[in-house]
Amino acid sequence: MSGAATKAGRTLAMGQDEAAGGGRQSVEAPFGRALARLGQSRPDIVGLTADLGKYTDILPFRDAFPDRFFNVGMAEQNLVAVAAGLARTGKVPFATTYGVFATRRAYDFVAIALAHSNLDVKIVAGLPGLTTGYGGTHQAIEDLALMRMIPGLTIIDPCDATEIEAATEAIAAHRGPVYMRLLRGSVPVVFDAGYRFEIGKARQLRDGSDVGIISTGFMTERALDAADALSKQGISAGVLHVPTIKPFDAEAVAAFAAGVSRIVTAENHVIVGGLASLVVETLFDAGIAKKLTRIGLPDRYIECGAVPTLQAKYGLTTEAVIAAIIALVRTTA
Amino acid sequence: MLRNSPPGSADIGALERKATQLRRHMLTMARGQGQGYIGQGLGIADVLAALYFHELRYDPHNLAWPDRDRFLLSTGHYSIALWAALAEAGVIPVEELITYGADNSRLEMSTLDTTPGVEVIGGSLGHGLGQGVGQALGLRIDRSDARIFVELSDGEMQEGSTWEAAMSASHFKLDGLVALVDCNGIQADGPVVLDMEPVAEKWRAFGWQTSEIDGNDMKAVVGALAGARERNGQPKAIVLRTLPGKGVPRIETSEKSHFFRVDVAQWDGIIAEFENGAAR
Repeated sequence: MSGAATKAGRTLAMGQDEAAGGGRQSVEAPFGRALARLGQSRPDIVGLTADLGKYTDILPFRDAFPDRFFNVGMAEQNLVAVAAGLARTGKVPFATTYGVFATRRAYDFVAIALAHSNLDVKIVAGLPGLTTGYGGTHQAIEDLALMRMIPGLTIIDPCDATEIEAATEAIAAHRGPVYMRLLRGSVPVVFDAGYRFEIGKARQLRDGSDVGIISTGFMTERALDAADALSKQGISAGVLHVPTIKPFDAEAVAAFAAGVSRIVTAENHVIVGGLASLVVETLFDAGIAKKLTRIGLPDRYIECGAVPTLQAKYGLTTEAVIAAIIALVRTTA
Repeated sequence: MLRNSPPGSADIGALERKATQLRRHMLTMARGQGQGYIGQGLGIADVLAALYFHELRYDPHNLAWPDRDRFLLSTGHYSIALWAALAEAGVIPVEELITYGADNSRLEMSTLDTTPGVEVIGGSLGHGLGQGVGQALGLRIDRSDARIFVELSDGEMQEGSTWEAAMSASHFKLDGLVALVDCNGIQADGPVVLDMEPVAEKWRAFGWQTSEIDGNDMKAVVGALAGARERNGQPKAIVLRTLPGKGVPRIETSEKSHFFRVDVAQWDGIIAEFENGAAR
């Protein structure tokens, strides 16, 4: 990847992000742009952050609607509590922080103050999975697993700039609490303008029969590139993109899995408790038994370093997806 | 529809009789259940009487009224007091009080917001004040002059989120937000396990206009609430020194008053003790 060539070996400062890989076009701050646009027609939308406005792309909304934006300081429990209170007065708060803080730090507030009352609050969480080199304190590698346990919470893991903008509109229209992972800064465009995001729906993006890749978040970008590369080697790989982790589109996953010989799951998250676990549960429930490889992060804390270095080391690259699929096909020929 | 009463107009004697009636309801509930957080409820009865029958702009027949003042009970286990107030205000039937804590009752031992008149899920301590801050911000956006009253307790101040909320309230100049800090000196493990004093100084240091009163003195409670009406850019804290079990000497003196459990046969004696005191 080009980013790796220029920046490998060095952890970047907090606000800096690795350049978008894969030679794709990118969009700046797709979440903030979408939210600022929505704010024009939706006076009930308010913005909140806990001292991470600059780093969660919400400043376009603040600049457009300063009277509807509140920075509560470094206090994530209060961030969620204040959002809950605003929701009780009919507002639709979008609250941003990093995923680690929204989950580990504010969990009781998300569970009780928000989800138990089904309040209309959207938590938008930066630095999902392995998207920062700041180490375990900042890498939300288990957020999907944690949030999955909260009844009634909708969970979105978008792939690209197009999906972030579409999902921002969709969660604003949806009534109820949402946890959405945020790709910030310069975000690649993977999907064309015709891509449609719908909460709770998986999308089959490639047909294929040798292997079915079931992916979420930015791993779908890797999955698509891997499928293209593998087709040149005579391996037919389908791709099912599952941007909604909860409610999970079990029907689509089971139907997709039934039509392929082997299955690979790919997620920017630990391989326990997240997408892989959901897929395995779904397949078992559906009576589908097939060889399956789980691509994702190991069940351990990850060190500091440059993001391209870490993503390569921990298998979140296109190359890693290709290698895992070739190995799976070889051992199950 | 209840309206804010102008300062000085309170009928202190009538409010004291309301507080006695709330305590009577609470004893009915605790007797039915055989146990409960009766100590805390009896301690805060005067404050709830002053709020629901004098201070709150509140319509028991229109609970969703956007311009209502809101009372948030952060200590959800004080629900026994809230059910008494809501019953006396006509929100829930008095006959239902006997179901307190029973299976399938709406009158839970710790509040959920599914019961009419409950503004927030209490119980997980440290949640109420932050939600009060959010509601006050929402009312400000709507240009409503409605106020938010959040009850919280001395033990609850040990939850760090209380101070996160306190900082943000003064930063946002939420002068329609009133914290009612019930200092009854007890928590789950007994007498307060961390020294929280000086309580009033802490709130002042966080930018709150703070008064400190005997929370079982109706005249003082009404006066402090009147003093908290000023819209001067500061949130208000009223530090209430209350006596757990107030009105029933044998509960007042019990060391177990965080959660009070007695034999069914003893309730007649407890109620007689209370009625003797109320009659004096």
